[in-house]
Amino acid sequence: MKREGRGGPTAASPPERSNDVDSFSADLECRNLIKRFGSFTAVDDVSFAIPKGSFFSILGPSGCGKTTLLRMMAGFARPDAGDILIKGASVLDTPPNRRPVNLVFQHLALFPMMTVAENIAYGLRRRGTPRADIARAVADVLGRVGLPDAGPKQIDQLSGGQKQRIAIARAMVLDPAVLLLDEPLGALDLKLREHMKIELKQLQHEFGTTFVYITHDQSEAMMMSDRVAVMNAGRFEQVGTPEELYFRPQTAFVAGFVGDANKLRAKVIAADGTGCKLATDQGLTLAAGLPRKGVAEVGGMFDIFIRPESIAVGTAAQDSTNRLEAVIEDVLFNGAQSRILARLPGGDVIEALLPQSGEAEPLRRGVSVALGLGPGSVVSFAATGA
Amino acid sequence: MREGKLVFWLLFAPFAAWIALLIVIPHIDMLILSLREKVAPRVYETGFRNYADFAASWVYPWTLLRTVVFSIIATVLTFIIGFPVAYYIAKIAQGRTKAALFMLCLLPFWVSEIVRVFGWMLLLRETGLISNALQGLGITSGPVEFLYNDAAILIGLVYTSMLFMIVPLISTIDGMDDALVEAGYDLGGNGWTVLTRIVIPYAMPGIIAGSIVVFMLALGNYLTPTLLGGKSGQWFTAQIYSQFITRFNWELGSAFGFILLATSSALVWLLLRLSGQSLSNTLGR
Amino acid sequence: MRKLLGTVLTSAAFALVGTAGSAETLRLLTWGGYAPESVISAFKAETGIDVEVTLSNNEDMISKLRATGGAGFDLAQPSQDRILGPQQEFGIYKPLDLSQIDQSQFIGDLYDASVAATTVDGAAYGVAHIWGVSGFAVDRSVAGDIKTYADLCSADYAGKISMRTKRIALLGFAFAAGEDPFAAYSDPAKYEEIITAAATAMGECKANVKAYWSGADDLLAMMRSGEVVAAEAWDATGFKLNAEDAKWNFVAPSTGALGWIDTFTIPAKGENDAAAYKWINFVMRPDVAAQIVNQAGSFSASKGSDELVDPALRAAYQEAFPPEVISNIKWFPPIPAGLEDIEGRLLDQIAAQ
Repeated sequence: MKREGRGGPTAASPPERSNDVDSFSADLECRNLIKRFGSFTAVDDVSFAIPKGSFFSILGPSGCGKTTLLRMMAGFARPDAGDILIKGASVLDTPPNRRPVNLVFQHLALFPMMTVAENIAYGLRRRGTPRADIARAVADVLGRVGLPDAGPKQIDQLSGGQKQRIAIARAMVLDPAVLLLDEPLGALDLKLREHMKIELKQLQHEFGTTFVYITHDQSEAMMMSDRVAVMNAGRFEQVGTPEELYFRPQTAFVAGFVGDANKLRAKVIAADGTGCKLATDQGLTLAAGLPRKGVAEVGGMFDIFIRPESIAVGTAAQDSTNRLEAVIEDVLFNGAQSRILARLPGGDVIEALLPQSGEAEPLRRGVSVALGLGPGSVVSFAATGA
Repeated sequence: MREGKLVFWLLFAPFAAWIALLIVIPHIDMLILSLREKVAPRVYETGFRNYADFAASWVYPWTLLRTVVFSIIATVLTFIIGFPVAYYIAKIAQGRTKAALFMLCLLPFWVSEIVRVFGWMLLLRETGLISNALQGLGITSGPVEFLYNDAAILIGLVYTSMLFMIVPLISTIDGMDDALVEAGYDLGGNGWTVLTRIVIPYAMPGIIAGSIVVFMLALGNYLTPTLLGGKSGQWFTAQIYSQFITRFNWELGSAFGFILLATSSALVWLLLRLSGQSLSNTLGR
Repeated sequence: MRKLLGTVLTSAAFALVGTAGSAETLRLLTWGGYAPESVISAFKAETGIDVEVTLSNNEDMISKLRATGGAGFDLAQPSQDRILGPQQEFGIYKPLDLSQIDQSQFIGDLYDASVAATTVDGAAYGVAHIWGVSGFAVDRSVAGDIKTYADLCSADYAGKISMRTKRIALLGFAFAAGEDPFAAYSDPAKYEEIITAAATAMGECKANVKAYWSGADDLLAMMRSGEVVAAEAWDATGFKLNAEDAKWNFVAPSTGALGWIDTFTIPAKGENDAAAYKWINFVMRPDVAAQIVNQAGSFSASKGSDELVDPALRAAYQEAFPPEVISNIKWFPPIPAGLEDIEGRLLDQIAAQ
């Protein structure tokens, strides 16, 4: 799926650190947030700023602290240290019902005893908006989420996708400075989820509001976001555009977590100022660029990541720096995403994307095939805890 | 297929027998009895005189009205006291505390109703614990009588029915996603609006189920109002008892019984109507 | 589950065998204190008959027997005035075979009076057992002057008296007003007039009442705590309090105490008449009767039994019943059917007002 019309003020500029966005143009800024539960630190010194009108995702595995971070932004949890600013003003002492932030809950939390219109009107009523204005605002927002006739329906009459849109409408009708979304697509089935990814992105464009999106699903984060923060063990590993994360991961965690990768462990056997040569225990030798992290000294252990889609298969492998002869272990057919599992002479097994040409036809189990890798495709990080 | 039928009948038969023997047949018998007019010893006619007798004197309709009004007050009080308790047990208490609190609600039911009522009599009477404590603390100069009045009836009824309000409330509130409350705050509600717009409407099936049970229990209670109530604290069930047992007037007693049944059915129907609930989604859950 | 079912079935079977198998049982429907454990075991030792006691009161006895058409018990003990009406209306008793009863053990007057009062169509249905009166239980240290229902209703004792919403209080008020409701039993119109006036007086007295009592234990608790200083009561209640502290005793109304006699009757579907007659003759022996009197607190129709009762009880009795009080006792005549409906309506009104 191709992302079109991606934009946003920061998409073009690739800032290395999120703090570069100054507080005045940021809708939401967190400074050195820390949250502990007993001896466990759930959020560990996290700082970032989100520019106005952008779609910002926090991506991480479950238990990484992203939900705690979100709850602090919404006001349901209080940080032990640090500050949260919305439009430049600290909101630490503002209770959730008065923060200009709204939350779309993981299971949406639509009120089952109210109709769709009543759900949407709930927040406006609390503000004391005149009745006529409420009716107009509800009709307007229902139109914008594409469900103009849903007002009198009961919540249980809606489909999963419709509920999703109503949950967003219910929050957006209050015109928040920031909309927080807590894995709202998690409960949907695969097809609908794919569809809703596009729809969410379009809705964000439509409203022009800053979205902060929490997810453990990298494809959601990559596809929708202007910028993504990859979170692990309470810390931000890297903040950047999806392209940066994909092409230039700064840590081994990001390289492994964002996109697919074959992960191998290798030792430096030769190095100069422009590149190095690495060897796995099984005897596979690869020429690579300089490591992303750590200095390539002979004998140093490195984790190397090779994306399946960066491996040339068959005739395309001819001119590659690293040319490997492999035997196909298995073919995993999945249309455009089909892959082969190939065993290298030393015994390492790697995954490679099946070429989208007739050349793929004779590739089947037990057939020998040539694989090629450019030095740029071998991304390495100094191994930790080796 | 035939075996399935057999199993069905084996399972259904005890239930049907129970319904027929203990509910339907006695009620039919009562209905016939209530339509029997006593003319002379062992001479009877059929007619509505017993029902007319009910309406002829102010005593019986007044007692019925009093009973209904006090049962409603007792139900409302039980809800007001029981709701925070149920909410605490369902949403705030965790693990062992939760189980312990639930047991605590159950505790009064380990003794019979009459013991519970005597307990209250010991506390409330003029020479009882509360009166003595007040005198001891110098708050009052003389003994104070808390027993034998309508407030004592209400205390007894609320105490006796509390569990029946709390259990359905806990089961509905327990099923509520905490996110609903958070969403209520997040969208700008305060504690009061979250309570009245979200928690209470959500718990409505439980509230109605609890209210129906508590109301019926209060309306049909005999011991508590009789023992705790004052000299004017007549309860309608005491009238029925007195017609059956003291006056040997089973005919009028049966008529009273049917009038009570009709009244409570009508009130429950009204409650369901007003709250927009149905029997199946409240008591049938 | 199966084990449980097995246990239930076995115990049910044992229960059945238990009832059918034991030689003989007398099912007695009576008042508290009328069948002390010592008397029951002595009776069993002598005759081999087990006595199964169910405690009750007048209304409850009649209701129980009415519900079964007179089955379930072999001997019952309603008051003599409550036999005629229910028998006419519900037919719950069977005629007594007086030849089976040892008349020599009875005080002649009481025996004759009870037989006369319970005779329907020439057949006698009851003979006297225990008699007593209704009057006042009084704390004489603070309410020594209470002699009539009018005294009970005086402003001096506001909130400190008690009574029952039963026919005895109504009749007491009627006598206090100088009427004779018993004489009017045969004239329903006259009776209704008398008793309506009595109900008005009783209703006016309601302000004085702390709480209407319904069981003797209620009344005892209120009197002991001093919350109530005088109450309409049975003589036995007064004697019981007297045994605890002499400041309390039974006081007969100056307009006449209301006298009742509890009888022996045999329910219409009683299954062991022989045992019933054996029991009657056994408990009317003076020594056995005295044991019952000590327990019940009321006196027996057994000749010579009062010589054998507890001296303290006899002293209280003698203090409460000088000869002029005894001679002024108004014995309850049999209630004609229908009168109780009138009283019931009036009592309901008093309770509700």
